[in-house]
Amino acid sequence: MAAKTIISRPIYGTLSPQPGKHHLFVADAEGALAIIDMAGKAPPGFFDGAEIDFIPGPEGKHIAALEALRPAQLHIAPSFASLLPRLKQTLTNAHMGLRLYLAGTEGLIGQAMQVALEAGMDHTSIQTEHRGSLARRMQCVHCKGITENVTTQPALCAHCGLLLLVRDHYSRRLAAFQGVCINAEDRSEIPPMEEAFP
Amino acid sequence: MSTGTTKLDVVVSDVVPVNDLVTRFHFRRRDGGLLPTFSGGAHVVVEMRDSDRTRLNPYSLMGSPLDTREYTISVRRDDVGRGGSLFMHRQVKPGLEMVISYPVNLFSLDLRAKKHLMLAGGIGITPFMAQTSQLAAAGGNFELHYTCRTASLGTYADVLQQRYGNRVHLYHDDREQRIDLDRLLSSQPLGTHLYVCGPAGMINWVRHRAAALGWPSETVHFEHFAAPQPGAPFDVTLAVSGKTIRVGEQQSLLEAMEAAGVDPPYLCRGGVCGQCETNVISSDGKFIHNDHWLSEEDHRSGCKIMPCVSRFEGKSLVLER
Repeated sequence: MAAKTIISRPIYGTLSPQPGKHHLFVADAEGALAIIDMAGKAPPGFFDGAEIDFIPGPEGKHIAALEALRPAQLHIAPSFASLLPRLKQTLTNAHMGLRLYLAGTEGLIGQAMQVALEAGMDHTSIQTEHRGSLARRMQCVHCKGITENVTTQPALCAHCGLLLLVRDHYSRRLAAFQGVCINAEDRSEIPPMEEAFP
Repeated sequence: MSTGTTKLDVVVSDVVPVNDLVTRFHFRRRDGGLLPTFSGGAHVVVEMRDSDRTRLNPYSLMGSPLDTREYTISVRRDDVGRGGSLFMHRQVKPGLEMVISYPVNLFSLDLRAKKHLMLAGGIGITPFMAQTSQLAAAGGNFELHYTCRTASLGTYADVLQQRYGNRVHLYHDDREQRIDLDRLLSSQPLGTHLYVCGPAGMINWVRHRAAALGWPSETVHFEHFAAPQPGAPFDVTLAVSGKTIRVGEQQSLLEAMEAAGVDPPYLCRGGVCGQCETNVISSDGKFIHNDHWLSEEDHRSGCKIMPCVSRFEGKSLVLER
């Protein structure tokens, strides 16, 4: 679980069924387990009006368990990028009464929330639950490039190659943590790289 | 006086009867300058000096926020109320010098919304007069549903229809026209915010249905100025200032404290802003809570009271003031 450090660092909760007419779940990998745990607390018929968009990841687990919840729709996507057009379309056509539930890695929660904010949802009205990897989506504040799945501290920018300190400073607009050059004064100074976000 | 209640010296520039119950009052600055900027949904507290008695009543500003040469309010006459509206209707004439507070907005638009859905009941139309002016000027997307008793009491319905055409929907009680609320709420695009102003029953109904239909509470905005209700007189001990006061039948607890020289902070005087929240040190009796600020739990616990609108019946009440 992520600990609170600075005010922009997102805090995640535990999924709980909300009153609503339609329910949209977006999850990756172990995020499926958050949906399955929540299903135990949901009223009968809850999933009749639910869509689950699921990115299983390389291990490909949990699909059968989600099918067993009998949602109105279960959509399996190979990546967030491939899911994005569908998600945008769903939110564009949606009405008030749709509730959004995001579960899984921070990268998934942040990027899905970014789309929801653009569709006019308030971040405080979205249910979130962090499961699985702590890997971060990071923006290099120097070249603005985004590096996915950052697990080390410091981390290399995949775009400009600077060695970056991965901060807790988070941007909801960019759905990314900010990475700042760790050795700007003396580039020959290379601090040890440690596994910080397994 | 209290923080946030800086005063403006104004003169009544016009008094316009609108219909059988409602009169509009225009205020300009006595020094001829511009009034402070405000946003749609803001209110001012008007000081009514009626011989030895001063009433302080909140009224929504209903003019366009783009024009600060004057402020306008509309006052519905309440023949059985505590006399504030009757004072306005009978005593206030053009040229009268009055004092009003700076505008305060406790019912502002959330400008992140993709669409603004407004529900007004009766005189609850006034904040929407300002909000629709503000949104129309900026090309905002809004829709107004306005319920009134009869067409002749549909204050500003004609003005609104003229300005905004089919964005305004009218419902007349005497023609048994009712908002199909569930259908209206279920057909709004994602990103809509809901605003409701009117009688308490209407606000409760709309909030309840919106919550049941899955509208997050962040998207539901409401304003109801509960005028202080008259009631049986009661005695209160103010522990901090060491005074014991009597709250008269037509007086609010806040007004009684002010009359005794104790000045709690306030903004709305209508049970919504939370400024005058007061801790109860001890009590033996029954609270009559009339506010929209404290939680149900606070109401039950009897540890807090909103002196602007709430009362007490019983043996003794000691407050931390």
